[in-house]
Amino acid sequence: MMEALLDSIRGIGRRTVNRVSRMGVAARFFLLVFLHSGPSFRRFHLIVREIFTAGVLSLIIILVSGLFVGMVLGLQGYETLQTYGSEEALGVLVSLSLVRELGPVVAALLFASRAGSAITAEIGLMKATEQIAAMEMMAVDPIARVVAPRFWGAVISMPLLAALFSAMGVLGGYLVGVVLIGVDEGSFWSQMQAAVDFKEDILNGVIKSVVFGVAVTTIALFEGYDAPPTAEGVSRATTRTVVTSSLAILGLDFVLTAFMFRGV
Amino acid sequence: MWPPNNKSLNSVSDNLIEIRDLSFTYGQRLVLKDINLSARRGQVIAIMGNSGCGKTTLLRLIGGALKPTSGSLLVDGVDMSQLDQAGLYRLRRRMGMLFQFGALFTDMSVFDNVAFQLREHTNLPEEMIRDLVFMKLNAVGLRGAHDLMPSELSGGMSRRVALARSIALDPMLILYDEPFAGLDPISLGVTGNLIRRLTDTLGMTSVVVTHDVQESLKMVDYVYFVSDGVIEAQGTPAEIKASRLPYVHQFVHGEENGPVPFHYPAPDYAADLGLAA
Repeated sequence: MMEALLDSIRGIGRRTVNRVSRMGVAARFFLLVFLHSGPSFRRFHLIVREIFTAGVLSLIIILVSGLFVGMVLGLQGYETLQTYGSEEALGVLVSLSLVRELGPVVAALLFASRAGSAITAEIGLMKATEQIAAMEMMAVDPIARVVAPRFWGAVISMPLLAALFSAMGVLGGYLVGVVLIGVDEGSFWSQMQAAVDFKEDILNGVIKSVVFGVAVTTIALFEGYDAPPTAEGVSRATTRTVVTSSLAILGLDFVLTAFMFRGV
Repeated sequence: MWPPNNKSLNSVSDNLIEIRDLSFTYGQRLVLKDINLSARRGQVIAIMGNSGCGKTTLLRLIGGALKPTSGSLLVDGVDMSQLDQAGLYRLRRRMGMLFQFGALFTDMSVFDNVAFQLREHTNLPEEMIRDLVFMKLNAVGLRGAHDLMPSELSGGMSRRVALARSIALDPMLILYDEPFAGLDPISLGVTGNLIRRLTDTLGMTSVVVTHDVQESLKMVDYVYFVSDGVIEAQGTPAEIKASRLPYVHQFVHGEENGPVPFHYPAPDYAADLGLAA
């Protein structure tokens, strides 16, 4: 009885130590990627290729989701605002919700599922099929050649995708609110223009999406690079990327919001 | 010290690989023990043994992917255990390695795979790279396949493209990890002949890790047999074929019974079936 209790306490301790040590390894990995980023910028076509893979290929899901989220915001916002007779403020509601929160957060969640999982699977399979080891044997550093371009490609793509998500969301809100329901078009745009501040709202939203991009990409690359070189190892790593990235996005969003919009 | 004495000069010029009293432990497990091995320049040597005997570990030690726990390992006179990453990468530019299933980069065409090292390590103009890639691919008989993707190649073709890639920078040494695994008889013969021919024509040294006895004995100069982390036997192919050592005899003739048992260690069979008295 006593031994079983001690065993379970030891188990908790071992798991905690393992998690903390893994976080340390991940932090060192992140630092290594930074230190080995020079060659990627000297050969910018490698980064452009990754912007295509992570960014351009994620466009469909980001644009369609943005449109629908904006349309739903338009419907729900109108229902609430008309109760108080202020349906002209629909543009403000839609744009602020998107630019401050939904744009960066939902785009990052979609990015983690679409591009993050693909990055983990690709790097994990490269490791499983000895492509990473082959590169090392050819005296080419895989962190500089494979990891760093993917990191910068994804980090550059993330704020652009979040901006497109927000733009499509505003369009969706306009289609439902103005075209479908009949909210006054002039009020919709002018109130939005007056209420949305470039520094407070748009810039903070961009900062959020950059932070989410760094977090998602680091997790995706580390999980892939650290995955056991087996089919099961790669599949578990891919799942871990999506789960850990999503939790990290939500946690970071709370922290960033607390700092950015306190007292606004 | 300069000038070097005759002995050290000879050993540097004659042997490309020189391993003395090398041991390697992985965690608590002793994987290799007191290994002594040398490979003369221009030779093809084979390291043979059953699965899990430590032969691939030995290959990885020669390639610098692992560091020996004790003993010395010299490649072209350079002590591998003293190299930092920059030094290791400098040496690896003069080495090639053929992985078990080719390890071609799946997002690049055959041409780009072979051109990879030339583009990474040289500033050659693209026209010259093109000519060099075609020469390397022609040497392995796959010039016509230059625009195929790795997913379109058979196992034997992948291995040959990987071979072309590993000779791209005309290395002094090529390491082969199970080059014959999973190949049909024609590809087997082609790969074996290519290893011999390329070693001779390019003046390289080759180290082949394999358990394919018949194919490798046809083309190698010297064989080391590894069993449970120690070198059990060594000699020329003729000496190995004639060997009366039980392990070598069992291995060369593919016998079921011998020093390597058919059964994994297990409790009494009758007891497992519940028939014990």
